[in-house]
Amino acid sequence: MTDLPISAGGDARPRSSLLVADARTRRRNAAERRFRRYGAIAIGVAMVALVVLLTTIISGGAGAFRQTYLSIPVALPAAKLDPKGNRDPGEMAKVLTLTYGPVLDTAVEQAIADTGIQIPDLSAKDIDGLISREASAQLRNRVLANPDLIGQVVDVNVLVNGRVDGYFKGRVSMESAAADNNTSPRQLQLAEALRDRGLLVTRFNWNFLTNPDASDQRPEAAGVGVAILGSLYMMLVVLFLAVPIGVGASIYLEEFAPRNRWTDVIEVNISNLAAVPSIVFGILGLAAFINFAGLPQSAPIVGGLVLTLMTLPTIIISTRAALKAVPPSIRDAALGVGASKMQSVFHHVLPLAMPGILTGTIIGLAQALGETAPLLLIGMVAFVKNFPAAPPEGLFDPASALPVQVYNWTQRADPAFIERASGAIIVLLVLLMCMNLLAIWLRRRFERRW
Amino acid sequence: MPMSWALFIAAVLAAAGYLVGRGRAFSVAGPDVRDLHSRPVYHGAGVALLTLTPAVAVLVVAAGLRMTGILTAEAGTLVGVFAIAASLAGLGWGVSRIGVGFKARNTVEAIVLGLLILCSTIAILTTAGIVLSMLFETGSFFRKYSWTDFFFGTEWTPRFQGNSRLGLLPLLWGTLYISLIALLVAVPIGLFAAIYMSEYATRRVRAIAKPAIEVLAGIPTIVYGLFALITVGPMLRDYFAQPLGLGNSGSSVLTAGLVMGIMLIPFVSSLSDDIINAVPQSLRDGALGLGSTPSETIRQVVLPAALPGIVGAVLLAASRAIGETMIVVLGAGAAARMSLNPFEAMTTITVKIVSQLTGDNDFAAPETLVAFALGLTLFVITLGLNIVALYIVRKYREQYE
Repeated sequence: MTDLPISAGGDARPRSSLLVADARTRRRNAAERRFRRYGAIAIGVAMVALVVLLTTIISGGAGAFRQTYLSIPVALPAAKLDPKGNRDPGEMAKVLTLTYGPVLDTAVEQAIADTGIQIPDLSAKDIDGLISREASAQLRNRVLANPDLIGQVVDVNVLVNGRVDGYFKGRVSMESAAADNNTSPRQLQLAEALRDRGLLVTRFNWNFLTNPDASDQRPEAAGVGVAILGSLYMMLVVLFLAVPIGVGASIYLEEFAPRNRWTDVIEVNISNLAAVPSIVFGILGLAAFINFAGLPQSAPIVGGLVLTLMTLPTIIISTRAALKAVPPSIRDAALGVGASKMQSVFHHVLPLAMPGILTGTIIGLAQALGETAPLLLIGMVAFVKNFPAAPPEGLFDPASALPVQVYNWTQRADPAFIERASGAIIVLLVLLMCMNLLAIWLRRRFERRW
Repeated sequence: MPMSWALFIAAVLAAAGYLVGRGRAFSVAGPDVRDLHSRPVYHGAGVALLTLTPAVAVLVVAAGLRMTGILTAEAGTLVGVFAIAASLAGLGWGVSRIGVGFKARNTVEAIVLGLLILCSTIAILTTAGIVLSMLFETGSFFRKYSWTDFFFGTEWTPRFQGNSRLGLLPLLWGTLYISLIALLVAVPIGLFAAIYMSEYATRRVRAIAKPAIEVLAGIPTIVYGLFALITVGPMLRDYFAQPLGLGNSGSSVLTAGLVMGIMLIPFVSSLSDDIINAVPQSLRDGALGLGSTPSETIRQVVLPAALPGIVGAVLLAASRAIGETMIVVLGAGAAARMSLNPFEAMTTITVKIVSQLTGDNDFAAPETLVAFALGLTLFVITLGLNIVALYIVRKYREQYE
């Protein structure tokens, strides 16, 4: 058998050298290279998508953190603003925001006259429209907080109209302004002249982080303050409910539960709940918490409850993985020296599993923070201008949430709100990044390999 | 808020009960603490639990009664007093039971175990809540609107004056079309990314690419939605749809599908990564030893072996795509139509749930109630996909364990 000649039976393949690749080998090698390239392309596409996504959002939203202000001296005439003349804030509150508008307009006109800027065909509307409609309300609040200002000339920084602000950020051009009802090329020329004289300044916009939402006509005043607070309240609710319940459920299922039909049902249930679309949790929240339980709409407590139910499966799955990672020898040792089952779990297994549990919890919270769809259904899209009170009462006040605020702003007509929406996303992404970094740090710092 | 005050007082009483119980355990023990059956801490904890639990139970029952309308808001004070009385009774009873032979640890552990079981049933209650809440409202929807018209209607035109046409088919078509495009993007890219990462990538490439793909997974869907709205939609419209004469809409099936595909890449890739790694090394070594190139090994040995798992992963991704909301709300549009042109705006089940349930809801009108029927349909579809997928994945895992 072993002596058969190699070429017996007429080998169809031509003889070839190992040093020269024949056509078939070349084909196979080419296929290999091609396959490899497909993989590299797939990774490349994913990376490019990530980079494009982040750069468009960040470049679009960076403008929200810069805002143009006009600083002018404003005379506050006592006759108009405090007709009774007794400087009583209660009396002065009767003077409406409407009265402060002309006061500011006069001040702006005066300031422009002082600079001696000459622009042909400049109308009063162009000048008065330079400042935001929110400015008079801000001035009124300032005066009400400090009645002694009346009768004096004070330096104020007023918000500039969103279009003019957009011009300095490159969103509005002379051409688009010509076709726009809310601004005009003349107004933009005026703004440019004012900037050259140092009256108009663009600087970092802290108010974006602290202001509440603003109405359709004043995008320049809109901020994410209420949304951040609302998100924070919801995270508190999730933290106080989802973590104890999730950890409790995991401990029972992992350490105590007998293997029977009932626990099987619970297990299948949890893995299915983890894959239920988030909007279904919104429907549950609407039907159970608002319609049935009668809790108020747009309240952080309802949002928190819905997000709790939604994140529970995530927390349970990661907590169980952390408990499973603690070796049985720890339990055996505790039981061996006379601890009860409960003591071995609470005194030994749980502390050792804590880093893993914390990591999973933070990731679950991050997921809850970015969730939008269920919150839309429980009324969080409502326009909320007032800050909620401190917890626990504040949990029942109407509030917004960061991702919902983003959605809300995308539905507005003024393109300036798109910039605000991108800015809110930057805030959201920074918060998420901090949470994930914390989770990574916890894992690195406390993780134990057995 | 008399009820939250009652809870607070009960908590203070429980803390006091802990101290009293522990102190009393020390005093009954006499000179040698070891005579006690349980350590004093357990006596204290037992008293605390017996103080807190009755009050919480009373408050929970009262809250439940108030929701169903049996109890009015004015009864709050009465409930509070009642809760505190129950908590005081628990405290007294708990303290009176303390003795040398009292098995406080067993009592405490039994209560804690009961609490743990309660926690684990919350998951069941959630599912039951989801199903029940949707079933009831869907039932009242079908009393007002014929179910054949809902499931087989090809027109979706809700009107506030009534006489709406609420057909599921155009929404289902939009949902499936968008999901199909998303899967066509996500499955090849995700699968090839997973293959490259596990079989080819050098350590440096992996150190960059793996976290990048994980970042993609951690981005909230509203961000993808905004991306679709302000970048992808206008780009597709200006460079493809308008030059080709296929449409003028920024929001389209293709916009939503592409962006959703990007969102699903990390999901598909991490699932396939697990599955490919679960294929035993011996299969690879065998194929390579027979002279196959790495790509031949992957295509002819690893992938066929991993196929059931990959099918499961694709099904899970499909269920994610069908249930995804924010990307389609911002990217797909609101017009319900059944067309093959991917540059046209279409709508999905989730979009219509959002649009029918935001704003002022009239829970007697079929236009609002239809959202619950849509939700139930969505729930059933995704649940079916998940159960099949999880079954396949689990079955597949057992094969190699």
